[in-house]
Amino acid sequence: MSKARANRRLKFEIFRYNPQDPDSKPHMQNFEIGELPYMSLFMALNEIREKHDPSLQFDFACRSAICGSCGMMVNGKPALGCRTQTSDLPNLIRLHPLPVFKLVGDLSVDTGIWFREMAEKSEAWIHAKEAFDPAAQEERMDDELAQKIYDSDRCIECGCCVASCGVANVSSEFAGPAGLNRMARFSMDPRDTRDDADWFELISNEHGVFGCIGMMACHDICPKELPLLEVYAYLRRKALTTAL
Amino acid sequence: MTTRITTTDVLVIGGGLAGERCAIEAAAAGHDVLILSLVPPRRSHSCAAQGGMQAALGNCVKAEGDSPDVHYLDTVRGSDWGADQEVARIFAEAAPIAVRELAHFGVPWTRVKGGANSYFIRGERVKINEALENDGLIMHRDFGGTAKWRACYAGAGTGHSALYAVDSEVVRLGVTVRDRAEAVDLIHENGRCYGAVSRCLRSGQHSAILAKATVIATGGHGRIYGQYTTNATINEGMGAAIALNTGVVPLGNMEAVQFHPTALSPSGILVTEGCRGDGGFLLDKELSRFMVEAEPEKQELASRDVVSRHMAQRMRDGHGVATEHGPHLWLDIRHLGEEHLKTKLREVWDICQDFVGLNPATDLIPVRPTQHYSMGGVRVNKEGEAYNMAGLFAVGESSCWDMHGFNRLGGNSLAETIVSGRLVGRRIAKTIGAGSVNVDTRVANEAVQKAEERAAKLLAAEGPGPGAYEIRDAMAEIMISKVGIFRTGEDLTTAVDELKELLAKCDNIVLRSKVPGMNPELTFALRIKSMMRLSLITAMGALARTESRGAHFRSDYPLRDDANWLNRTLARWRGSSNEPEISYEPVGVLDVPPGHRGYGADKRIEMEQTIDDYNQRVDEAQAEQGKLPTEGVL
Repeated sequence: MSKARANRRLKFEIFRYNPQDPDSKPHMQNFEIGELPYMSLFMALNEIREKHDPSLQFDFACRSAICGSCGMMVNGKPALGCRTQTSDLPNLIRLHPLPVFKLVGDLSVDTGIWFREMAEKSEAWIHAKEAFDPAAQEERMDDELAQKIYDSDRCIECGCCVASCGVANVSSEFAGPAGLNRMARFSMDPRDTRDDADWFELISNEHGVFGCIGMMACHDICPKELPLLEVYAYLRRKALTTAL
Repeated sequence: MTTRITTTDVLVIGGGLAGERCAIEAAAAGHDVLILSLVPPRRSHSCAAQGGMQAALGNCVKAEGDSPDVHYLDTVRGSDWGADQEVARIFAEAAPIAVRELAHFGVPWTRVKGGANSYFIRGERVKINEALENDGLIMHRDFGGTAKWRACYAGAGTGHSALYAVDSEVVRLGVTVRDRAEAVDLIHENGRCYGAVSRCLRSGQHSAILAKATVIATGGHGRIYGQYTTNATINEGMGAAIALNTGVVPLGNMEAVQFHPTALSPSGILVTEGCRGDGGFLLDKELSRFMVEAEPEKQELASRDVVSRHMAQRMRDGHGVATEHGPHLWLDIRHLGEEHLKTKLREVWDICQDFVGLNPATDLIPVRPTQHYSMGGVRVNKEGEAYNMAGLFAVGESSCWDMHGFNRLGGNSLAETIVSGRLVGRRIAKTIGAGSVNVDTRVANEAVQKAEERAAKLLAAEGPGPGAYEIRDAMAEIMISKVGIFRTGEDLTTAVDELKELLAKCDNIVLRSKVPGMNPELTFALRIKSMMRLSLITAMGALARTESRGAHFRSDYPLRDDANWLNRTLARWRGSSNEPEISYEPVGVLDVPPGHRGYGADKRIEMEQTIDDYNQRVDEAQAEQGKLPTEGVL
């Protein structure tokens, strides 16, 4: 894991483009800063913005790998900037915005709109049996099932999996790894009344789980280490058993 | 040039748990709702809440005998009698319903496992049989300052799961969300609020949103402590600031600032109280469990203000582990075992691996108290409506509703978000009526123009003036070193002088970047003067309050003083004045008379008047401060 390595000169090559500025052209810009112990890309990028170029755009919020704001391409691989330690990287660090999502500027992309559309398309909410009864005790659930749903609910919608997905990069209709995971999360939840036929409709086509061509970069790069391999197996099984 | 104007029934500023819970209540009643959010709502800081949400369901053995009454008492004691007890009561009674409703929305709460269970309690492993008839109900864990196990939780990602569930309701109901947008001013006239000026963080363009009800739900303002906070970078207090900048809406108890005992050192990332709730220890550099001697009854689970003070004192006494970033202590959760850490404290496991490269099953975790929560905020009545401003509401951390007083209990804020969001949403839904927004568009145009001019002036400034980041860094150093855990009159006097000087500098800021569109330096520079105002109010309130209550600790006035200070600080900022006006109101009607909290110091200065005399003047005194009459719809 991360070491307290420091004292290197770090060279950054950062993608720059401001769509709001008619004079701006996409290009790479170089910066050089000194490395500090336990330096994350959160620290490094803020230093670059505050000391070298205050126009640099990027997104961070929680800086603790839970809000999902700071997905970016780090030396060609999608990763959360806050969680990436410079000590784990060579001294040349090349940063690009995530592909697939609309560019806001420089390293900042519009993940919010993409995920809202995905949630609307897959109706990613509990389709409840009846209205909430404030006087009633909570419906019971087995703790193991709660844990299973929680495991899948842990996705932070950072978009790293979507950016890494060969299919999502070429098809805007594909639900993407995060979308498929969300479908699995609701389909295993007994509080959701959608039946097998409803799920079959959503899952069993080229925009659903059968759009996945199995390269599984998503599984390897997911910052929350979600078991996406198992998620797709679960969805395929569900689709096939429904079809039979 | 004409202004772009959008009209809606309800404008909610902030897409975290409180704002979204309020939004869905109004939307479900058929009103048009628009949410403005700095970030996509699911990235709001509610997602970082880890350990739990307090609600007295009483589902497990260690929660037996729990009830809203007990929860209410814990909350009042936790507040060091600074809370409005009527609000604390409303809260404690509604919390179980709000938590069950979250189960209905899909939160995968950890559940009771009937039969033999093994827990760590006060340093010992204990076997407890959970009743089989409770199998599958929502489970609780222990938290600080509570008589019972009461915190409902989903692993250590409670805030994340709650926020995703509530946001999925926002999506289901088709509520409009405008993300990457910031409310930079309220639109108001003659004591009524009509919406806000919004600045788009994609384009830098300003526009007006007119609404019959406007809700501030922007969370806390921990970033006035710069990097010395667990808060996200977006917690800069702009909701509180736009209310303050109306000149008439007061902020309550801004000097009441919570320091969380266990933030990771040095990054300030939160490590949940659930670690200690589940049996974790605090150790000093000699690996001694100093909290056992300091608080024999509650040990590591006294309230946060008490634990943070003991920790700070321990480090002052030379028992901290010295590092180049200053001293820290240790959190020890090794004995909980890897399986527990990887399930019930999964997020802590991840954070330790990701940010300090250690394994909490075998290594100690470096922690120190760090700014965490703002008890202070926009002062509202019990239905959430702001003092002196009809049609303006505040919910969650940005408000001073005031159930937390001078110290909030862990897990109570997460519960507050959904309880207050739900109640205030209902109040709004029932009272805004079917009519249209009744305001001259001139008022909107003028407000937008003012905001545009402010941005243009900053962009135009040239010369050697100070930068916004440099002012922020100076502010943070003053706040952490002089307005921190231990406060003195001398330090606070210096802090107030220095902050006033810095505030004056804000008018001379010069930007280095003039790029059009989303200029991040401009966006921050537009906020820094407001952040400075919040800092100055915090320091001035702390200087004036010559007692120690909850998180506000004056080394030169170490006793709680119920004879002189059983009150709430209110701060207003009139027009272009250089400093705020500070006044006081009674905390509210006292039901539980001031007493000992059951942990922390037992000495205090007793009230001189009778409870009856105190209670009699509450209504009149609060009305004088601008409290609006309630509609009686709760």
